[in-house]
Amino acid sequence: MVRAVPELPGLDPSWSRRITAPDADGVDRVWHILDTASDDDAPPANGTMLCVHGNPTWSYLWRRFLDAARPGWRVIAVDQLGMGYSEDPSGTLESPRTLAQRVDDLSRLTDALALTGPVVAVGHDWGGIVASGWALRHRDQLAGLVLANTAVHHDFSHGIPKPLRPARAMAALTCVRTSMFVRAATALSGSRIPRDIRDAFSAPYPDAADRRFVGQFVADIPAEPSHPSRAALDEIAVGLTGLEVPTLLMRGAADPVFSEDHFRDLQARLPGADLQRYEGASHLVTEDAPRSAEDTWNWVADRIESPAPELSPTPSSAPAETTDLAWSELLRRAAGTPDALAVVEVANGRRLSFAQLEADIALVGAGLVASGVEPGQRVALLVPPGIDLTVALYACWRIGAVVVVADAGLGPRGMRRALRGAGIDHVIGIGKGLAAVALLGVPGRRILVEGPTSALGSLVRRPGIWGPVHVADTLDGVRLMGADAPTPPLPPVDAEAAVLFTSGATGPAKGVVYRSDQIRAQAGHIKAIYNLSDHDAFVAAFAPFALYGPAMGVASAVPDMDVTSPSTLTATGLAEAVSAAGATTVFASPSSLRNVVATAPSLSTGQRDTLSGVRVAMSAGAPIPVPLLESVQMVLPNAELHTPYGMTECLAVSDITLAGLQAAGAGNGVCVGRPLAGVEVSIAPLPQDPSQPDGDPTKDPDVTGEIIVAAAHVKDHYDQLWATQRASSRDGDSHRTGDVGHLDTEGRLWVEGRRQHVVHAASGPLTPVALELALQAIPGIRDAAIVGVGPEGTQAVVAIMIVNDANGEPVKRRCGSVLAGRPLSRAVRMAAAEVSRQPIAAVLTTSAFPVDVRHQSKVDRARLAQWATGVLAGGPVGTP
Amino acid sequence: MRVLVTGASGLLGGGVATALAARGDDVTVLQRRPSGLGLREVLGEITDPVAVACAAEGCDSVIHLAAKVNVTGRWADYHRINVEGTDTLLAACRDADVSRMVFVSSPSVAHAGSSLVGADAGAADPEHARGHYARSKAMAELKALDADARNDFAVVAIRPHLVWGPGDTQLVERIGRRARAGRLPIIGSGAPLVDTLYIDNAVDAMVAALDQCHEARGRALVVTNGEPRPIGEILSRWALATGAPAPSRHIPSGLARLTGSAVDAVTAVRQRLGHDLLSDPPLTRFLAEQLSTAHWFDQRRTRDALGWSPRISLEEGFPRLAAWYTLHPLP
Repeated sequence: MVRAVPELPGLDPSWSRRITAPDADGVDRVWHILDTASDDDAPPANGTMLCVHGNPTWSYLWRRFLDAARPGWRVIAVDQLGMGYSEDPSGTLESPRTLAQRVDDLSRLTDALALTGPVVAVGHDWGGIVASGWALRHRDQLAGLVLANTAVHHDFSHGIPKPLRPARAMAALTCVRTSMFVRAATALSGSRIPRDIRDAFSAPYPDAADRRFVGQFVADIPAEPSHPSRAALDEIAVGLTGLEVPTLLMRGAADPVFSEDHFRDLQARLPGADLQRYEGASHLVTEDAPRSAEDTWNWVADRIESPAPELSPTPSSAPAETTDLAWSELLRRAAGTPDALAVVEVANGRRLSFAQLEADIALVGAGLVASGVEPGQRVALLVPPGIDLTVALYACWRIGAVVVVADAGLGPRGMRRALRGAGIDHVIGIGKGLAAVALLGVPGRRILVEGPTSALGSLVRRPGIWGPVHVADTLDGVRLMGADAPTPPLPPVDAEAAVLFTSGATGPAKGVVYRSDQIRAQAGHIKAIYNLSDHDAFVAAFAPFALYGPAMGVASAVPDMDVTSPSTLTATGLAEAVSAAGATTVFASPSSLRNVVATAPSLSTGQRDTLSGVRVAMSAGAPIPVPLLESVQMVLPNAELHTPYGMTECLAVSDITLAGLQAAGAGNGVCVGRPLAGVEVSIAPLPQDPSQPDGDPTKDPDVTGEIIVAAAHVKDHYDQLWATQRASSRDGDSHRTGDVGHLDTEGRLWVEGRRQHVVHAASGPLTPVALELALQAIPGIRDAAIVGVGPEGTQAVVAIMIVNDANGEPVKRRCGSVLAGRPLSRAVRMAAAEVSRQPIAAVLTTSAFPVDVRHQSKVDRARLAQWATGVLAGGPVGTP
Repeated sequence: MRVLVTGASGLLGGGVATALAARGDDVTVLQRRPSGLGLREVLGEITDPVAVACAAEGCDSVIHLAAKVNVTGRWADYHRINVEGTDTLLAACRDADVSRMVFVSSPSVAHAGSSLVGADAGAADPEHARGHYARSKAMAELKALDADARNDFAVVAIRPHLVWGPGDTQLVERIGRRARAGRLPIIGSGAPLVDTLYIDNAVDAMVAALDQCHEARGRALVVTNGEPRPIGEILSRWALATGAPAPSRHIPSGLARLTGSAVDAVTAVRQRLGHDLLSDPPLTRFLAEQLSTAHWFDQRRTRDALGWSPRISLEEGFPRLAAWYTLHPLP
């Protein structure tokens, strides 16, 4: 039965057309397709995008791809026969239409359409397999391949993916007689897909008769070796392997049907493919991540319309000189001053000299290769900062493996997402870490670092596959293997070296990939900023910098503290660490320094003397208030106090001292000092109207815009985020920080906030930081945040305040008093008028701000803005 | 310019007529009772073709403010004054060769009950407009803008939102009296953002609309101060300006809507029974919704089209209002 296509949201009726073509059996069938061209149109200048849906969807899935088509492209989205509004071909539930027939059907349709020019084949779900089959048969005209949440290979010995099992076992009931399966496709996305769109997806399938082929698609999953489609699937899988054509693999990462394994399998077959993950998006990735359409077209523009000259993708030459390596300074120290202290753990007194450290790294590196770690493989490190982590990390780099560092600060969900998505091959971890990855379902071989006994440690201690977390080796076992193993070859100087994760304070944490040479540049910068030489040593109370000791060739001391909880560093602990390594320098974070100041009264005279030997102290990780720095100065009287500005994507951009901060005074934002030597900072001016593009990057003073950083140590790329990487590097070989700010007339950089927190009022963009600082300075105010409500371009500015009571505790908001009283709103408006001409529309009060998991300091403004929007539209008050 | 201002007895109409006269325009006013403005005046109903034709005679421009604006009353009255009155005026304009008309309308002609957050003006929609006033004004606005399409008679519809200021005997005075009597509760949290328009800015906008009539013709533009504020804060500031205490009682918005619905029903029954309701009922459902949902607008297009922006900010307006009430205490 051929139904008329109803009017549906987002669907241009002029796209809808019917065309007759013989099917695989030679019988004429009427297809329904969506097509941006008509028969009379000239062939498209660039080519055609051919989109194939899966089961149980239809061409509607691709409406955004049609809508967003670039000039010179025709887009055709087909309804596979028996699906959507196309005619039914032959086939029954017992003997379903096969994959081979489907590929034939599609090929004959494109013949009937006389589709002769270049084609980008696009497929989702089972449509990805059909599109791949079509692509392999039309290699001469295949310009590109885009696959979304699909697979061409499945290990059927483990059964079919769980969500499909009821459908496969009871296809007649779930898929045909009831609309359960049809509805389930959009239900996987939860409530994100609006009702009218969900209805549009099931519009062609109201009756059992319309759903016959929905059932047949499920029945065509070749679960049994004898299944007629098994051979066709294998043939496509083999054909795809090594297919040399621009390919984009998209993945809605929350898909319960197509797993990470399926995604890895496709990557392994198509190693040159560009990858784009959409965290949080489920199976219907085009619905859950509507930007996938725009991303795909951008990809078409970059990779197919004007492909960039291919840079040698996998340089294989080993470095000629060991001086090019990220750890060349370690080698130099090991040769020059072999017995000098390299690293000490204060808690247990473990010490290694440079020679011992180098030897251990070489030993573990050789052992890792012997135990099966290959160059380029990814190794997750779940070891607290200290000697073991240092050794494991440098051993991985030594053999060209890529370390993946996800800290507990991401929270269990963030860590799960990050580690599962990163494609981990091996995990090196302490007992607790291995237990955690087992719980989180992170794949990979486990290597246990046997630390001090703990309940969890002893539970997982037993190597062998029967242990609860399948420990394959221990780090000491690896050392033993290394003793007899040959020295592995050195990796290329620009080998991928590390995947670090952003904080996830503004969206899902992103993996940031660094090459070995970039790590080297980074270490060089840190060494230069703080003037470190062979005679220095530092206390590593700020985790990321702890790892740079060997790369800088500088000794380090790990203080006795719980590094995952920075505020456990005491003044005494700091003094002990300084004395253990003869440290001249301290790397810490604001919360650890706050505790050092708080515990300073318990210092002995001797400890005070020790601390007075510190000549440089640095606070990183979050902005540090000047008063706190001034208190730190009391504890470290002879130290020059620094605070750097940077981000996971570029670990140091600029640096400023306490004296510099005092000299800068108050201004629009927070002064972060002058860019480091070798770092180019420019500003992309914010447009007056947010729908307009940014202005051309400039170094002119007092222009507010997004901060752009270019430097040798800027990240290589975001991991599996092609479109995000494209957007962040769109100004050439640089990084868009997502921060907004300006340069002043003295060349200092001021940070005015996060770009996504800019309020787009009718009078232009308003950056929040200066305003918030002014409001926080009002007496009796504990904290203040500025958010915008309403459509961008005409947003109203809202101040959200937390007020202190007489005891300095946040005032609990009384029910019904979300609006600030008259005195407070007057004070807020007056303070705001001093720094901004944009009036404050509303002053709200609350008793706590939502904050990010990692730092417990970054206010979750998206949530705050959402709350304010609801309250100011007349919604229930609740809490943000 | 020779300008006819209809409905000049109100705060806005009087202000506009005075402002035009002050800048040298030749102004005629038309309303039922003497305005006391000292301008050429025609007294009569907007539905009276003779009075209207007489008033329009010799004018090249019209600002049409005359309307029935209450929140209750019979549909027939709203239709007669707001819809048929506009018809009458449009016919008179045609006969008198008037070349431009500013049709003063209301944002409510395009919106039904829901929250408006940085909203566009939107097209007038009689079918969905809430209440007799909004529906009749929606019909009239469509007629007026339709007249624009046909000949060289340019029409622009201006929709001011909540005009207030010194001399206002309607909105602010009622709020003040209720607050003084302790009968002004804040509905819900009092937080919904609401746009208002200070009288001087409203007058400026009308004058600008008249001057820009040909450039902005055929469009409907919402005019506000562009400074949305929480409704609770606005009501407090108004009450304080009149010398009354700020409201402190909150009632839940759901309850307010229910009460409003009940009042609506009772009012309808009483009218059906022939009671002439001299005073407006305390709370209608429409009013309850207005006071418990956001109503604020995107002003960029308006300011662009009219080449106008507000002179007096809210923070300047409130003290002016208070100063006026010091000289003219609430009766």
